[in-house]
Amino acid sequence: MTSQSNIDKKTIQKIADLAQLALTPEEENLYTEQLGSIVNYVSLLSEVNTDGIEPLVTPTDMAFTMREDEPLKQLSPEEIVANSPDKSGNLFKVPPVL
Amino acid sequence: MKELASRIQKGEVTALSITERAIKLAKASQKDLNAFITICEKEALDKAKALDALVKNGKTLGPLAGVPIAVKDLLLTTGIRTTAGSKILDNFIPPYSSTVVQKLEAAGAVIIGKTNLDEFAMGASNENSAYGPAKNPWDLTRVPGGSSGGSAAAVAAGITLGAIGTDTGGSIREPANFCGIVGLKPTYGRVSRFGVVAFASSLDQVGPMCKTVEDAALMLEVISGKDMNDSTSASVATQKWSQNIPTDVKGMRVGLPKEYFVEGIEPEVEKNVRRSIEILKNAGATIVDISLPHTKYGIGVYYLIAPCEASANLSRYDGIRFGHRAKNVADLSELYKRSRGEGFGPEPKRRIMLGTFALSSGYYDAYFKKACKVRRLIRNDFTEAFKKCDVIATPVTTGPAFKVGEKSSDPLAMYLNDIFTLSPSLAGIPGISLNCGYSKEGLPTGIQLLSNHFEEDKIIRAATVIEKNQTDVRKVPYGL
Repeated sequence: MTSQSNIDKKTIQKIADLAQLALTPEEENLYTEQLGSIVNYVSLLSEVNTDGIEPLVTPTDMAFTMREDEPLKQLSPEEIVANSPDKSGNLFKVPPVL
Repeated sequence: MKELASRIQKGEVTALSITERAIKLAKASQKDLNAFITICEKEALDKAKALDALVKNGKTLGPLAGVPIAVKDLLLTTGIRTTAGSKILDNFIPPYSSTVVQKLEAAGAVIIGKTNLDEFAMGASNENSAYGPAKNPWDLTRVPGGSSGGSAAAVAAGITLGAIGTDTGGSIREPANFCGIVGLKPTYGRVSRFGVVAFASSLDQVGPMCKTVEDAALMLEVISGKDMNDSTSASVATQKWSQNIPTDVKGMRVGLPKEYFVEGIEPEVEKNVRRSIEILKNAGATIVDISLPHTKYGIGVYYLIAPCEASANLSRYDGIRFGHRAKNVADLSELYKRSRGEGFGPEPKRRIMLGTFALSSGYYDAYFKKACKVRRLIRNDFTEAFKKCDVIATPVTTGPAFKVGEKSSDPLAMYLNDIFTLSPSLAGIPGISLNCGYSKEGLPTGIQLLSNHFEEDKIIRAATVIEKNQTDVRKVPYGL
């Protein structure tokens, strides 16, 4: 982690591509500037000594639980596709993939 | 709330008349407060009539019999539009209800509407809502706080006695503080998140926002507990938090972290917090000085972890199964990109970008993993502190509600607003915020009380003592 952010417009375009997010040129400029200052700010963490510290990903110590694998009455196919912007019967419709 | 439920149960007043009043107030307030995204008039009136019929037939209803409740528009409600404050879900009608909503309804509550929020609960002012900002009933030129701003405004304005909010980094406690009400963020895992639109899954928690501490305790009783549909909900016994709350804090050790009483806090805010600490002392508590040395890293840790988790959670909005879909696209990739680009507002986009960056190859260890390590140090600070005290008392924010537009152009300034609420969220501990006085301008200012995991009883007890001993209790100036 460096004190100067390495966020330039090219990085923003690459991240937007990874995130499957279309940005306007104005948004690209805005996020280049804003993410740069946020990343500079969070770089403060680099001064903390974390040698030998395990990452904490869930805050309480509770054990992970699972339920019995039993079939339950869930939503019908009609209910599942009801909110789709484009469907055919009980199927989601998408544009050509290939 | 208990009194109202009891009167409805006894048939002294009808659920219908109470619901009609709440709906009328909600509608009348919309032009000023914009607290609701959807008011479910028909569903609420039908439910109230059904409850009245049950009462007539001698049936015993639940603890919230006929009580109107407002629910943040982040919780799914069967057949009632749920937007998460985003245009991407503008037309989304959930086919099922969240566990919290199911529990509220089973307890006899009448859900009158879905409240305004920052888009996907990302924000501290409600200005990030795609449906226009909600306003603060104490001063309509000021923000109600966020992200549960609509819930806070609705309760503060007297539309309902209680509301549901969600809190990821302060989104219940901060708006409760700005609107002069009580907001309780339970321990991570205390309340099921099934059917709650996900923002940051290692942080999100659902909780009550009410006029009184007792009401918040009662609502917590109703909504908490293990849920087989949420593997992160905890198998920890719930309690009757609202019953027999002690009126003293004899033997309780109250810790004051030196890192939370620093320069930059407005004098009135600190004065009011210190006066409440005196109240606790006079009611039998011992005050101890404590230290949470990693406090200054809380914001940095949060603004890496929350966006990382958000970028993963928000990847489900692809324009295919639900939500906005872009028109006239050539292929699947363009459909994803344009649907998301058109559907998400500025703040979710910013956080998706930040999270995707911090998780991307070459940066994962330096940002995400580093943040998770410092997160453990922050949690360890609290573990150590709770060896010396039972409850920690702090301000909620450095100042009272700010003006609409004051911080909206600078995301970092907005993020810094959450300085006192973020670290407790990262540690997963419960927190309550309640009013403890007013600023020079007459705006409410609050105090935050924190306890160790699953020790909500302690903060409810301390908050009750503070609430009962307030000498300066003012009425909200906004009248309906």
